[in-house]
Amino acid sequence: MRLPDLLRHAWTVASKDLLVEFRSRTAILSAAVFVVLVLVVFNFGRDPTAVSNVDLAPSILWVTFTFAAILALNRAFQLELENQALDGLLLAPIDRGSIYLGKLMANLVFVATIEVIGVPLLALFFNVRVLPYLGPLVAIIALATVGFVAVGTLFSAMTVRTRFAELLLPVLLLPFMIPPLSWAVLATGRLLADRPLSEIAGWLNMLAVYDIVFVTLALLLFPATVNE
Amino acid sequence: MRMLRAGRWITAVALVLLAGVYVRALAYTPIEQSQGLAQKIFYLHVPAAIWAEMAMILVGLSSVFYLFTKDPRLDRFAAASAEVGTIFCAIVLTTGPIWGKPIWGTWWTWDARLTFTLFLFLLYIGYLLLRGAIPDPAMRARYAAVLGICGMCEVPFIHLSVYMFPTLHPMPIVLKPGAPSLPGSMLLTWALSLGVFTLLYVGFVVQRYALSYLREQLEAAGEVGHA
Repeated sequence: MRLPDLLRHAWTVASKDLLVEFRSRTAILSAAVFVVLVLVVFNFGRDPTAVSNVDLAPSILWVTFTFAAILALNRAFQLELENQALDGLLLAPIDRGSIYLGKLMANLVFVATIEVIGVPLLALFFNVRVLPYLGPLVAIIALATVGFVAVGTLFSAMTVRTRFAELLLPVLLLPFMIPPLSWAVLATGRLLADRPLSEIAGWLNMLAVYDIVFVTLALLLFPATVNE
Repeated sequence: MRMLRAGRWITAVALVLLAGVYVRALAYTPIEQSQGLAQKIFYLHVPAAIWAEMAMILVGLSSVFYLFTKDPRLDRFAAASAEVGTIFCAIVLTTGPIWGKPIWGTWWTWDARLTFTLFLFLLYIGYLLLRGAIPDPAMRARYAAVLGICGMCEVPFIHLSVYMFPTLHPMPIVLKPGAPSLPGSMLLTWALSLGVFTLLYVGFVVQRYALSYLREQLEAAGEVGHA
């Protein structure tokens, strides 16, 4: 299959998912409220006199994103279970790869929306200066998100058809989230502490390598999760 | 059944040899100067760690071939290797703190290498949980293969991280570029121990493989349900 076709079909799948979401808006609203609640819970789970906000901010940010992303990923293939919609999708004359890419894109849009809500709220609630570092921060968030959403989309295609889907996905996914997450936390910490950009270049490279490896791998492995 | 018996014999021989290695380690190998007797645990810790990781790589490789050939034997081997890997990971995570307490003064630190061994362990547990959650054998094998391949691909990232983070963990002494930096008698004991652990791995895997074969036969005959 040619690359433009692959991407076009992927976008069709993604826009279908996003349209379903946009019409009801239940999942994204719940996820947004969830993000606010996690940030509020963090406020009560720390001692502001002992740890400064800037030191704690990267952890708060990434723990919040981790939980919110797992919620979002569970949803991706849940949609397709009703009325055996997945079978219909698989019967469509498109490459399996574009189904995966479509799901990945929709998940990325979904998680990115949550992150767009999360970052300003973090700045507001915890009084962290984000604006001066916005460019590099967006780069870190984008690179880390692509990595774990790629793996998560692949895994959710599998877990959704098992018992205890909601529980199994985080159990499988978290060990894979930890490497990108730990690099992202370190990079975010350096960034918010006003360290030079050259210090975080290494982490960004690692995140990019992780993304390339796991997006490729997921693209190759996805057919095995849906073929009978 | 012959295979199960062979596995039991290999394991029994390996366990006897393991006792032999420890007699040699305790009585005939010099005591390390700065760490004292605590260093003796390395003859258990390092070979177990090597095989814990090797087992993951073997799970991954057999998973790759499974997806191409759909040969159930490869799936059975992957499942067996993952279970044995889990046990070896547990050995590493138990012996590590026992050494860490006298040498570092703490049972556990969030050191890169410790953390990632823990995550390798969790990866194995996740793999076994996934297998347990799917009743259909063909689907179970495919899904497990996908997870196994992802697991194998995560191992290099784990390794890279070890060198990127500041670490308290001793750097590799034997498996590193250049000659091993330890006396010959220690190296020999260590090499013997690695050989014994290889044998243990083989013995355990053969047993688990034979058991899952028997279970499949019973499942096919409708004697037992899926665990």
